[in-house]
Amino acid sequence: MTMNVIEASGLGKRYGGTWALRNCTLAIPAGHVAALVGPNGAGKSTLLNLATGLAAPSAGGITVLGGRPAGSPAALDGIAFVAQDTPLYKNLSVADMLHVTRNLNRHFDQPYARARLDELGIPLKRKAGKLSGGQQAQLALTLALGRRPRLLVLDEPVAMLDPIARHDFMATVMTAMAADGVSVVLSSHVLAELERVADYLIVLSRGQVQMAGEVDDLLASHRMLTGPAAEVDSYAGRPAVHARRGDAQAHLLVRAAPDDPVPPGWEAHPVGLEELILTYLREPGAAALPGPSRGRGTQPSEVAK
Amino acid sequence: MSIDKGVSPEAASSGRAAGASPIEFRLDAASGVPTYLQLVHQVEHALRLGFLEPGDQLPKVRDVVAALAINPNTVLKAYKELETKGLAAGRPGQGTFIQATLSQVTLPELTGLHRALLGWLADAGAAGLDEDGMVALFTSALRDFRGDRSHYRRSGHASRSGQADRGGTASGETEGVA
Repeated sequence: MTMNVIEASGLGKRYGGTWALRNCTLAIPAGHVAALVGPNGAGKSTLLNLATGLAAPSAGGITVLGGRPAGSPAALDGIAFVAQDTPLYKNLSVADMLHVTRNLNRHFDQPYARARLDELGIPLKRKAGKLSGGQQAQLALTLALGRRPRLLVLDEPVAMLDPIARHDFMATVMTAMAADGVSVVLSSHVLAELERVADYLIVLSRGQVQMAGEVDDLLASHRMLTGPAAEVDSYAGRPAVHARRGDAQAHLLVRAAPDDPVPPGWEAHPVGLEELILTYLREPGAAALPGPSRGRGTQPSEVAK
Repeated sequence: MSIDKGVSPEAASSGRAAGASPIEFRLDAASGVPTYLQLVHQVEHALRLGFLEPGDQLPKVRDVVAALAINPNTVLKAYKELETKGLAAGRPGQGTFIQATLSQVTLPELTGLHRALLGWLADAGAAGLDEDGMVALFTSALRDFRGDRSHYRRSGHASRSGQADRGGTASGETEGVA
């Protein structure tokens, strides 16, 4: 049994009269890059803020790193968070940012941070605000990794970066994972990027978890079936998550194991992560969740269209 | 970055720096092929073309991760798949090394097959098929061939392993070795 880096039960957060997150129950196991995706306002940042203790839940509970209450000193010691738009003190030099971070944290690996900045060619004397966007992101990431966290939380880390800076940023994150076994939870809109980095996926929609699981499992349990449109209604083998229908031909996204037989006249294709996510986001009523109800074709919450 | 002290005898004798791999991976994001499978295919391809030989070291997980910005679990999965296929083996504290060749076909045989295929392509071209048409036809024939073979295997012989079947249907890719 592996440890869960984030575990939430009945978690909710209300701002005024609006629930940003509602009845959220999930468990993200350690050792993964877990991607949190969903449309704007789905509750991604709210969930990350709750996990890092920057906000307090209105309902339910959330723990991190194997049961430490979110926001507790024990939890904070093991978590590093890089918020959206990588906030830095723009008027401080890089060296001063290092100094401040070291003094504000119980543990900070100064030699590691300096070595990383050196490797990246980021000058210590330069003011943080004068660095390029990519360098600012790398500085924020270095300060986070210098705390030697067990869990690194990134809110929209690459949204503002150019392609090379984006690649270098993710390479740093992945190297930290390979070298030190850091678990990563990140939110992102860049679906194409996720295919390369994420091996665990949580889809949030309207403040609730719509889909969660290991990427390989999710991909293996879904297939795109292409066949005659006339037979869509009579196709009752599997509950369809989503159907796209032309006059003659139709595409059905269904939940099915790879060795399930394909009905005659139909062709089965594997689905990619991006296609899977988009289909689910367009079908907010459909759900694919782990737990006792897991198993093929038994989800009562699935809608056939 | 730490450097492994262990020098494999093969690498030393081939004059290669310790820990260095003869190949580098690349990724094609638009191919639709899962990342780990791309890595597996590139190793198999390098084996077929002779860029990799038994005793050669595969790139270190950390180096692949740093170069391609991909999840380390993905690289581990690819290497595990290569181990399952019997093509590579992990050596504790050193890395993953090639331990078998892929090509069981001799060079003259390959040349003959290549020439026969060129003849077929010329026929197809003469019949008015363009390159896309040739690829489509070949792919379709390959699918039939694969279907016949797995049918034969299932009915005639006991299936070698569940893995071959899984690989065929889940990813749409053949296993190459049969």
